[in-house]
Amino acid sequence: MASHAVHHTAPSHSDHSANPWGGGTSPFKISYGKMMMWFFLLSDAFTFSGLLTAYGFMRHKYEDIWPTAGDVFTHFPFYSGHIELAYVAFMTFILIASSVTMVLAVEAGHRMDRKKVQLWMVWTIVGGLIFVGSQAWEWYHFIHGTPQGAYLLADGVTVMRHKIDPHTHVLEEGAFLVPANDRSGFVEVAGAEAAKLKETATHIHGANLKHNEYGIPLFANFFFFITGFHGFHVFSGVIINFLIFLGVVNGTYEKRGHYEMVEKSGLYWHFVDLVWVFVFTFFYLL
Amino acid sequence: MDVRDDVYEYSLDNHHGETEGKKIRTLFLKVLAVLSLITIVEVAMGMMWSRDESMRAVLKYSFILMTLVKAGGITWYFMHMGDEKKTFQYVVIVPFFVMIGYLIFIALTEATYLGTIRPSVENYLGF
Repeated sequence: MASHAVHHTAPSHSDHSANPWGGGTSPFKISYGKMMMWFFLLSDAFTFSGLLTAYGFMRHKYEDIWPTAGDVFTHFPFYSGHIELAYVAFMTFILIASSVTMVLAVEAGHRMDRKKVQLWMVWTIVGGLIFVGSQAWEWYHFIHGTPQGAYLLADGVTVMRHKIDPHTHVLEEGAFLVPANDRSGFVEVAGAEAAKLKETATHIHGANLKHNEYGIPLFANFFFFITGFHGFHVFSGVIINFLIFLGVVNGTYEKRGHYEMVEKSGLYWHFVDLVWVFVFTFFYLL
Repeated sequence: MDVRDDVYEYSLDNHHGETEGKKIRTLFLKVLAVLSLITIVEVAMGMMWSRDESMRAVLKYSFILMTLVKAGGITWYFMHMGDEKKTFQYVVIVPFFVMIGYLIFIALTEATYLGTIRPSVENYLGF
């Protein structure tokens, strides 16, 4: 693909090619719109990196008591058991697949094949909607939590969780976990000790910005903020793609002679996928 | 439509025929296959070893490495960064790695230290 000739609209400027920085020509050989889209994406990448680094900061600070994502996101549609990470892996695949359909729309644009551009853009929009829907579904389960819930202790912050067997995801009868005072992780409490703690505790289900059934509230705060910010990007991407799709249907780009608008919205769409790759790793896998 | 002659209206004359299009599409499907494969490997590793403390460091660094490979694939092929001029590649990529590399380094160093002097779990919201 690197062999594509660069198209210059002004033959009179070809004498500048000896010094591309001498003015009168674009040294990057890239159009204004595409270059600015890249710079916007660079600034957006800084924003997301800032958020993810802040998340990493807090996670390192509370490393001993940070919840394992595998314990939190175990739901799968139409299946009552627990499979950790399966649904997020599916979401990741959907987003990567919609990135491919987007790039196929761009490729069809290079052949001025309007029908194919339409087709692939529709699939991209469908993929985006499935992803946003999945995210809503996951938020719903995170907010509602488990039927058994957890106990928010009297200090208003510490959560006493039911102990779960990590392999079967079955609750261990009467066993609870509370953060250890010496920063060594969690300690198990049971019997009279657990009953005493429960007396002054509040029974909570799920997570919101104040408390989190699965452990430290910061986990929920970062989860809502970062996946929410990313979800908003996906949502805007779907809207942008839809508007560009209307342009394709109306023949706007056919008349213009090129489909660069599809490339620009494609850049944004791929960036959304790119960010998700990092969110997936740092929120769910690690 | 008026075409201005002092700017690039359309930077890469990427118009190509069916034969070349076929090659490009095959490349995209290959990239998709690699990205999916990496994701499957990641999830499988996570399922098997995420609770195994001895595998923690291995998992951490291999996940980060695989993520960077995936990110590179998306940027280079899907976003066509590989087709841009080298100067432009540097303009976008270098500022990112310089600034974010430093940010990650300083944030994680400080956080690890703060973790060791953290008073106790009772006031773990007092940061």
